[in-house]
Amino acid sequence: MKAAGPKGHFISTDSDWSFSLIRQYEEAIDTIAKDFGLDTYPNQIEIISAEQMMDAYSSSGMPMQYHHWSYGKHFAAIDHNYRRGQMGLAYEIVINSNPCIAYLMEENTMTMQALVIAHACYGHNSFFKGNYLFRTWTEADSIIDYMLFARNYINLCEQRYGESEVEALLDSCHALMNYGVDRYKRPHPISAEKEALQQQQREEQLQRQVNDLWRTIPGSKTDCEDSTPAPFPLEPQENLLYFIEKNAPLLEPWQREVIRIVRKTAQYFYPQRQTQMMNEGWACFWHYTILNEMYDRGLVNDAFILEFLQSHTSVIAQPPFDSPHYSGINPYCLGFAMMSDLRRICEHPTKEDRQWFPDIAGSPWQQTLQFAMRNFKDESFVLQFLSPKVIRDLKLFCAKDDDQEPHIEITAIHNAAGYRIIREQLAGQYNLGDREPNLQVNNIDIRGNRAMHLQHYQHNRKPLGKDTLQVLKHLHQLWGFDIHLLSLQGNEVTESYHYPEMLLGAHP
Amino acid sequence: MSYLIDRRLNGKNKSTVNRQRFLRRYKKHIKQAVADAINKRSITDINSGEKISIPDRDVKEPVFSHGTGGERSTIHPGNKEFVPGDTLPRSSGGGNGSGHQASDGGEGLDDFVFQISHSEFLDFMFEDLELPNLVKRELMGGETFVYRRAGYTTSGTPNQINIVRSLKTANARRIALGSASKKKLKELKQTLLQLESHGTQDHEKIKALEKKIAAIELKLKRIPFIDSFDIKYNLSTKQPLPSSKAVMFCIMDVSGSMDQATKELAKRFFILLYLFLQRNYDHTDVVFIRHHTSAKEVNEEEFFYSRETGGTIVSSALKLMNTIMDERYPVAEWNIYGAQASDGDNWNNDSSTCAALLEQSILPQLQYFSYIEITSREPQNLWHQYQLLAQQFPDVFAIQNIADASDIYPVFRQLFARRQS
Repeated sequence: MKAAGPKGHFISTDSDWSFSLIRQYEEAIDTIAKDFGLDTYPNQIEIISAEQMMDAYSSSGMPMQYHHWSYGKHFAAIDHNYRRGQMGLAYEIVINSNPCIAYLMEENTMTMQALVIAHACYGHNSFFKGNYLFRTWTEADSIIDYMLFARNYINLCEQRYGESEVEALLDSCHALMNYGVDRYKRPHPISAEKEALQQQQREEQLQRQVNDLWRTIPGSKTDCEDSTPAPFPLEPQENLLYFIEKNAPLLEPWQREVIRIVRKTAQYFYPQRQTQMMNEGWACFWHYTILNEMYDRGLVNDAFILEFLQSHTSVIAQPPFDSPHYSGINPYCLGFAMMSDLRRICEHPTKEDRQWFPDIAGSPWQQTLQFAMRNFKDESFVLQFLSPKVIRDLKLFCAKDDDQEPHIEITAIHNAAGYRIIREQLAGQYNLGDREPNLQVNNIDIRGNRAMHLQHYQHNRKPLGKDTLQVLKHLHQLWGFDIHLLSLQGNEVTESYHYPEMLLGAHP
Repeated sequence: MSYLIDRRLNGKNKSTVNRQRFLRRYKKHIKQAVADAINKRSITDINSGEKISIPDRDVKEPVFSHGTGGERSTIHPGNKEFVPGDTLPRSSGGGNGSGHQASDGGEGLDDFVFQISHSEFLDFMFEDLELPNLVKRELMGGETFVYRRAGYTTSGTPNQINIVRSLKTANARRIALGSASKKKLKELKQTLLQLESHGTQDHEKIKALEKKIAAIELKLKRIPFIDSFDIKYNLSTKQPLPSSKAVMFCIMDVSGSMDQATKELAKRFFILLYLFLQRNYDHTDVVFIRHHTSAKEVNEEEFFYSRETGGTIVSSALKLMNTIMDERYPVAEWNIYGAQASDGDNWNNDSSTCAALLEQSILPQLQYFSYIEITSREPQNLWHQYQLLAQQFPDVFAIQNIADASDIYPVFRQLFARRQS
């Protein structure tokens, strides 16, 4: 950092914040962010207390959420840990909406508030607005409306059908929430106002479709006996909640709507899960860049920048693998390292960089970073931009744990032979498809007992976890008929799960 | 364009509903934890919240996940001496390939731990319990009042003005005063119009009409938009609030045979009873009476901790209780509860006096009297006498035996269990 001789006047010199100060800092940060070409949604900054932060935390950061015991459980855990000092609260929460809502804690010092504004209101905000996944999959304009609709609808259901009924349904939906997203198809965009209007029509229509599917009265004579009926579904389905919503025979219309709500919520959060490292890296990079620029322009004093650097350093700290504090790669650290490295490659490329990144070495850094932010997710971002220098700096290595081998083997370290392996493995680690078991609905026995047959395709021979039967129970709850799940290794079935569990030989 | 909003004053208990649902769902677990806590705790902090832990598997929300096994490669930071081809034993913590996922999944935690507040603690503690004979709720006129809305009045202070009501009255008044004139005005104007359209030359008639019209218009103008007697004020009246009061007599034997451990047990029982009464009554008094051969009313500190020796005459305490009841706690106003703890020792010929005293003068005035005997010995004379009483007054008199600390809570629950009616 340059020892700049700041001749300008500081916005503030002590650590207390006030509303007018926040406004001044926000304006200064806004100017700098615009100079750097950040494009954001308008900001809505809300000051909240620690208790309110815990509330926001436990409802997955949304300003409103339907009621469910599991949020109460999260709240109880957070409350407990916070009170005992086992965890600090995040300094901010930011919501992907338009305007972009950011919560600032009242306990923060002025420096922290400025850091958070730069981080959330300009970093995350521009990421939400720019990144292709968020642009494609989430409706920032209407998400708050939709959450309101969802909460009211579920409230209504509780009044009509009883809390326990709705709770049981939500339990089942939550168990399958990660299997309620479309991974490749673009969902049909519907604004939240229309949502409520369309909901009733949808109820009737959905029921009609289902009734058609399960019609047992013989149809026209063209249904020849010898022709084998077309399998259903025609292609395997990975969006289990969508499949159930559209096809489960016994669900009431309101139950389908609730499933839809959970599915839509999961879909809204899906891009966040796919871009966590990038998103945090981008936000850290910008708060670092913006606040340093403020210092260079003489807007803040030494005390400010030192306090900032202290918290910045602890946010991006990466304990090594053998530390007791180690819990995987810190997404803030990796993201920040990669984003900063991208700028370095653009501004001061080395020979190695020219060889690895011929098209971006020496290019204007702001455009290159914008390009990276807009068009990648964690997996592809690592695959594309993880440079040998970052691998060396973080001293990354790859450990292979194969249950058929007696030992864990180190397959690659930070050397010329290992760069590409580490890059690919790390990218794989961010691939949600690899992180979660790959399950699909393969066949429904429409002519027989309506049983649902699922297949699990093992990735690297990894079996299903021990909760599997419990989840099948929830699936059974929604589908209403028998569930059969086969776990496949290649074409070979290694394990099968059934719910209700079959009693061997006792079947009549 | 940015907006800055201060949300700190908004409600902060957004999660309350969710929290209550969570507590309700795991009621069974929490009740068990509360019961354990009461037995384990020292008496002085029975009045605070509690840490509850529930086995993690019971609160887990299951999802499809990878189990252990198979082949997995993981990237870790901070390599020091590894080179490709190195092998490590699987047990080493850091090098474990699944280390990353295990820590996310919370494998390291066996229990889900959280805190419940003091009032939640008491809710669980006293759930399904009921004070017997909770009938005498005295309507007290003297102490507390509440202001209730009682319609409208024509006098009051400006802050009590009811605007809607005032404007309604004003409107009605304007209609009442003005409608006849308005009607007339309309007629006159019509006549005037007719005259003019016919082209009459009767100027005097027109002039007279115009004069009349002007007079009526002036009259209408004089009707005020709002008048002082339009103004209505909200009326509130002071109403006495019915409140219920209870007094609890704690009677304990402090003779030489009662050691500190026994007294602690008694204290726990009294504390439970006190907390319970507090929840049911707006106002709870406690009277401490300790006795050996003679009885004395004392404060709490002295009651539990001062040491005395001597023989035991239980009736002295009951007599004192009776006197205090007569003097300070008229039975018409107070719900009176008695709790007696003793190790069962008494002068033999005194036990019958006790029974008689209770039967004749004390029990008829009481809501409930509980006697606990803290001993593991054979019951003695007092117990037998009291047993007879218990048969005679099954609704107001109860006796129980306590051997050690873990008995207290169950016995307490037994004494105050909700009765099927």
